Amino acid sequence: MSQPIIQVEHLSKQYRLGEVGTGTLSHDLKRWWYKVRGKEDPFARIGEVNDRSTKGDSEYVWALKDINFSVQPGEVVGIIGRNGAGKSTLLKILSKTTAPTTGRIKVRGRIASLLEVGTGFHPELTGRENIYLNGAILGMTRKEINRQFDAIVDFAGVERYVDTPVKRYSSGMYVRLAFAVAAHLEPEILIVDEVLAVGDAEFQKKCLGKMKDVSVQDGRTVLFVSHNMGAVKQLCTSAIALENGLITYVGNTIDTVSYYQNRGEKKTYLNYIGLVEKAPGNAFIKLLKFEVGSKDGKVITISSGIDFNIVFINVKVNINLAVSLIVQNSDEIIICEIPYLITTERNSKHGIYEINFNIPGYTLNAGTYSISILFGEDQRFVLKKFEHVVEFEIVNEYIGNNINNLPGFLRINPFITCEFKDL
Amino acid sequence: MHEEKAEWTEIIEPRAHLLDLKLRELWRYCDLLIMLVRRDFVATYKQTILGPIWFFIQPLLTTVTYMLIFGNIAKISTDGLPMAVFYLAGITIWNYYADSLNKTATVFRDNANIFGKVYFPRLIMPLSIVVSNLVRLGIQVSLFLLIWAYYLISGANLHPNLYLLLVPLVVVLMAFQALGLGMIISALTTKYRDLIFLLTFGVQLLMYATPVIYPMSALPKKYAMVIHANPLSELVELFRYAFTGSGQVSWEGLAYSVVCTVVLLVLGALIFNRVERKFMDTV
Repeated sequence: MSQPIIQVEHLSKQYRLGEVGTGTLSHDLKRWWYKVRGKEDPFARIGEVNDRSTKGDSEYVWALKDINFSVQPGEVVGIIGRNGAGKSTLLKILSKTTAPTTGRIKVRGRIASLLEVGTGFHPELTGRENIYLNGAILGMTRKEINRQFDAIVDFAGVERYVDTPVKRYSSGMYVRLAFAVAAHLEPEILIVDEVLAVGDAEFQKKCLGKMKDVSVQDGRTVLFVSHNMGAVKQLCTSAIALENGLITYVGNTIDTVSYYQNRGEKKTYLNYIGLVEKAPGNAFIKLLKFEVGSKDGKVITISSGIDFNIVFINVKVNINLAVSLIVQNSDEIIICEIPYLITTERNSKHGIYEINFNIPGYTLNAGTYSISILFGEDQRFVLKKFEHVVEFEIVNEYIGNNINNLPGFLRINPFITCEFKDL
Repeated sequence: MHEEKAEWTEIIEPRAHLLDLKLRELWRYCDLLIMLVRRDFVATYKQTILGPIWFFIQPLLTTVTYMLIFGNIAKISTDGLPMAVFYLAGITIWNYYADSLNKTATVFRDNANIFGKVYFPRLIMPLSIVVSNLVRLGIQVSLFLLIWAYYLISGANLHPNLYLLLVPLVVVLMAFQALGLGMIISALTTKYRDLIFLLTFGVQLLMYATPVIYPMSALPKKYAMVIHANPLSELVELFRYAFTGSGQVSWEGLAYSVVCTVVLLVLGALIFNRVERKFMDTV
């Protein structure tokens, strides 16, 4: 095994929640006072694991806690995790825009980071001027840009507009130019955030292709952060799953992605038993029960259809109450939203409502899904949103000998006829 | 297969060494400095009809205003110099200082979006501000020279002298003082924004504590000490003396200015360097 190009050791990052500024001075003074007496930082101890959905006691949280991993030269490492898992913090530290609280990262070679495309683009300057400016900001010298200039313009496909101020560009052209500059950086290590979610499909393909070239042909190391599991699977040789600031899985891409998609113990139902006042919810809505199942009570398959059963307490009277189920797949892409208007004549009552939804069979493809529930008033205001209440799986049904999942979001059962005539 | 070199080229740690200013790295980003200066210059006057002529209009109008108010109404002495030359000399060099300081002091706030996304030595930004203002100063000095030459030819009481050789030094000292003080303020404003409010009128007040609209010679003894304590006074006075031959300059005063500049610059660079790595969390 050769020597790692990046080595991360006991890396942690602490953030302060709430308003910065109020009470900052007093905390600073307290820190200083502890330091004078040779004690450890009083605020460094009290941080908690960063789980944004539960309320913590401390004002400080660890966005990253004790992260250790290393990357070999030429590897393409995907970093995956939900929003708030600490991915961006890790990238920020790697790209040196913020410093870690404790721990260190050792690096061999130059790092260029692409947390955003078009950083420092000035709308008044022409495409040509912006290529030089942006390139310089990203760490290229004038000579390097001169050498790459034609390739950049060609890659972006904006040759005709190169002497026009970029404020006249269409937003697609703007992004293409910005990505083109970034794609022609020549660092040993490239850090890429989800910048691929820009441009049209053709350009996205080009970007993915370019990133692959960077690693395969030029042997450079790439760290790639994304929600797009498809892109991660396509590009990366290995992956790291982050959750609440901790590394929960490291391994090859396929294993990590499937771990991430089936992460943790799945809540397949919510059934609240206890004091009504303490049921999950707020002053308007309290959720008592949410269940997912199929008609015959067995596993949910492609043909079985899906039943949802919601029981909740409504408090606000005389409004138009509505509820929506939001179905997301394991890549956190919203598949659909299913709304239901409970009352339409401003006659909601204080009490327990029970609602059943049924999605017929042959609608969704096999896979893992999660449900969020949104309660609304007058179809305008949100009373309460319950994020990712439950997760459930739709089991595949084979067609012939093919035991693999078919691609796509939908699994429909069309009426098909086939005729045959002898020649 | 030969052994790879075991050394790490870079280690990212919670705290940078206090004295590690990364000057070598700064040099590598020299091209960025040039690009930023170019951007400032080109972008400011794009889509204006008069373009860089605006560089002239600002000091000219200010000079006319000062001639009216301080010269004709308040009748403050101009050391026997033509009013236009006297005020314009002061305004030209003072504006350079004030503009540089104001922009440098808010550098973290103004560039938070760039700083948050890409790493480059942060010192580049304040440096680029000071340099792009230098371009502006150059244009404004040429305006001053025009007016100065007009009065010189028409026989006014002007005696340019060898101190002219010190003018570049004056400009450099002015630049470094603005840079130093600006960096200190910018570092402090990342957490506590209070200073920004103080800054705008602080710079205005500072002008009155510097011989811009009055000559040193017009000062009563008891105030002269205070004004001399301002390391800018000597520089403004020297700039004017070099072109006109009137004013009070001394080597001690210049030496004092140099020392103050060096202290401000070193202090500024150290504080700035300390804050730059963590400011993104607080700005």
